[in-house]
Amino acid sequence: MLLKFLVAAIAVGTPLLFGTVGEILNERVGHLNLGVEGMMAIGACAGFMAGYLTDSFAAALIAAFLAGMLAALIYAVLTVTFLANQNVTGLALTIFGEGLSNFIGVLMISRSETKTLKLPETITAHMRSVSIPGLSDLPAAGELFFSYNLFVYLGIVIALAAGYYLHRTKTGLNVRAVGENPAAADAAGINVTRTKYVNILLGGGICGIGGAYCSMIINSGVWISDSVGGLGWIAVALVIFAGWKPGAAIAGSFLFGGLRVLKYYVPKGVIEIPIAFYDMLPFLITALVLVLGSMKKSRGAQIPASLGLNYFREER
Amino acid sequence: MAEQQTPYAIECRELTKTFGSVVANDRVNLSVRRGEILALLGENGSGKTTLMNMLSGIYHPDSGEILVDGRPAVISSPIDAMGLGIGMIHQHFKLVEVFSAMDNIVLGTPERLLPPKQLREKILSICGSFGLEIEPEKPVCEMSVSEKQTVEIIKVLYRGAQILILDEPTAVLTPQETDRLFAILRRMKEQGCAVIIITHKLNEVLSISDRVTILRKGRSIDTVMTAQTSQKALTELMVGRPVVLEIGRPEPEHPNTILKVVDLTVKKPDGSIALNDISFQIRTGEILGVAGVAGSGQKELCETIAGLTLPDKGAILYHKENLVGKSPAEIIRLGVSMSFVPEDRLGMGLVASMGMVDNMLLKSYRAGGGPFVDRRPAKELAEALVEKLSIVTPGVETPVRLLSGGNVQKVLLGREIESEPNLLITAYPVRGLDINSSYTIYDLLNEQKKKGVAVMFIGEDLDVLLELSDRILVLCHGQITGVADARSVTKEQLGLMMTGEFAGKEGEAS
Repeated sequence: MLLKFLVAAIAVGTPLLFGTVGEILNERVGHLNLGVEGMMAIGACAGFMAGYLTDSFAAALIAAFLAGMLAALIYAVLTVTFLANQNVTGLALTIFGEGLSNFIGVLMISRSETKTLKLPETITAHMRSVSIPGLSDLPAAGELFFSYNLFVYLGIVIALAAGYYLHRTKTGLNVRAVGENPAAADAAGINVTRTKYVNILLGGGICGIGGAYCSMIINSGVWISDSVGGLGWIAVALVIFAGWKPGAAIAGSFLFGGLRVLKYYVPKGVIEIPIAFYDMLPFLITALVLVLGSMKKSRGAQIPASLGLNYFREER
Repeated sequence: MAEQQTPYAIECRELTKTFGSVVANDRVNLSVRRGEILALLGENGSGKTTLMNMLSGIYHPDSGEILVDGRPAVISSPIDAMGLGIGMIHQHFKLVEVFSAMDNIVLGTPERLLPPKQLREKILSICGSFGLEIEPEKPVCEMSVSEKQTVEIIKVLYRGAQILILDEPTAVLTPQETDRLFAILRRMKEQGCAVIIITHKLNEVLSISDRVTILRKGRSIDTVMTAQTSQKALTELMVGRPVVLEIGRPEPEHPNTILKVVDLTVKKPDGSIALNDISFQIRTGEILGVAGVAGSGQKELCETIAGLTLPDKGAILYHKENLVGKSPAEIIRLGVSMSFVPEDRLGMGLVASMGMVDNMLLKSYRAGGGPFVDRRPAKELAEALVEKLSIVTPGVETPVRLLSGGNVQKVLLGREIESEPNLLITAYPVRGLDINSSYTIYDLLNEQKKKGVAVMFIGEDLDVLLELSDRILVLCHGQITGVADARSVTKEQLGLMMTGEFAGKEGEAS
């Protein structure tokens, strides 16, 4: 039972992991991008439709990544180049992304003969758990570590790579400097605008893949509207929970994944709490995380110092 | 002379830069050779920083040309400036606080990252050749101001800068630290660097520079040889008319103790001690100077008296009434007024995006009855201040952040004085100000003193403290290391008290 719960938690937590790592890259260059939900929705739509139309899993993945980047590009152009308010732009992107995604979904459904959209078997085959000979058959450990679909491994690899990139490479040093003090980075000869664009777009692409997970896997290959369903917002809070570290985001995402599937694994008849309570739980914990996260600020929880502030070199 | 044959390291010809309708630089000419220290002198708002920002690629000139080693150069970004060997040490340090000194130094350099050990050696060898001292692994946020400045200097040297520009480097240093900096600059000069130093402390100009270029209202007025000039001549060139360089010190009349601080202990939010069991008093009609290295507890002292911070122990008696536990509004109503000018000038006291009128209203809106705000008196007050303190502003509704530093400070101090306080606490009122504005502010303080106001003046320039104050209280690490009679104490004695090595309590025992 516990094993099954953990496995489910990791599977459900994976889209959160993509969203969180994507948002960390945004926030590390000083941009609070509230458009995660929107970028994920656009990625969800692009990934699903590309898979539906081309029967290719790789095409779906690439389409989701590129669509996420395009959505992030809107945000980057507005906030980095035109210095628009980050919060408003991010919220607008969320609303736009959800709307666009649902619109395209409805349009495609109305054109299909069966009035439903279902991914072909060539793609759903890729979404089953990857079986690794020898390892997957191990008792317990095999199920806990080697029984997932490709996305789960991809997410963990991306998170670890992002952590290495931010904390162990010279480019990462520059990235963090931009988020801490863009004026200092500028004076040190770092191209602030380029650094911001690159990381916001990269983050958007990663969010897009997280969206594709929602539309392609959670509903076993059938298109439904609003498949992201608020995960993007939890990802924004998870960034704080993870202390802006991609490595910590792995643990945070799986913890929240656990909260989302908890209702299926609570022993029956022991504690009788309405199911609705469990649906609310992740969001309640999110609120708590935000409150606690802001309280430990004095201990220097590694919040990028210029988060939320646009940078204009000639400002007086 | 052979020296004349070599081209200038940097030469500016007719540089012009405008911000909207404000002409910050108007056809400015300037030149500096290798192995030479040029001082750039000018009042606030005369365009010194704008000019230097054009040389370092932060701003782009509207017209005119810059020659580096005799060749025309286009400097459109800090990277270009670096490529030409120009390094700028900004007045407000451009450092990433959470990074170590080492990370800050290599930040943005194009070549591959060296292994930490090699990097450390490279940095220490640069330090060695110029007599700089640094701990490469120390995070910048734990550093003192002078250490941060050292990091900035190493940063530009690491990038191979041959032309160094320092924007008011001594504004935040103690006399001893300034001497050390000047020794470093002289070594750079010997090694063939060209150095441009911006300052408006005239004694420093005379002691460090070879030539002086004077800017006034965005124009380069003149360039003179330092050896052939004097403080008086420089001031006249800078201000444009003869100025009397004297601070008056009227004798206090009928001094009565107005504020008595008893055994005050204050902790910082992180639990460390900011003020350790201090006791002193302020009397009406006197100016009490407060000296000390930045961060010795000055800020906490101001905040505690103003009611913004609760002390852990002790009392603040104002006319026998304890201020501890009273709200800032109650304390203001009792006639205690504070003008604190923080390092960034706009942090406390004024709302940067509001105009002068709205900033006046912040202090006075309670006076009017009813839910509506009467802007007329505030507007009149703002206009009166512009007139009286010759504040340069396009209009009283212009956001104060668009005014130059000196004018912002005049607005702040002017407003505090207009509220007719009995006790005026002013911290760093002349921070970064030019001579003329500084003397206007000293006069304002003396005027208050004559009216019987008790003035607490927290300052950084010891010369000024010695001339202006009646008594000087010295803080060191949150403790009072001495209260001296300003008429008899020497600068050296104060310097020693500031470092805690000299406990000379005079005049007043506790």
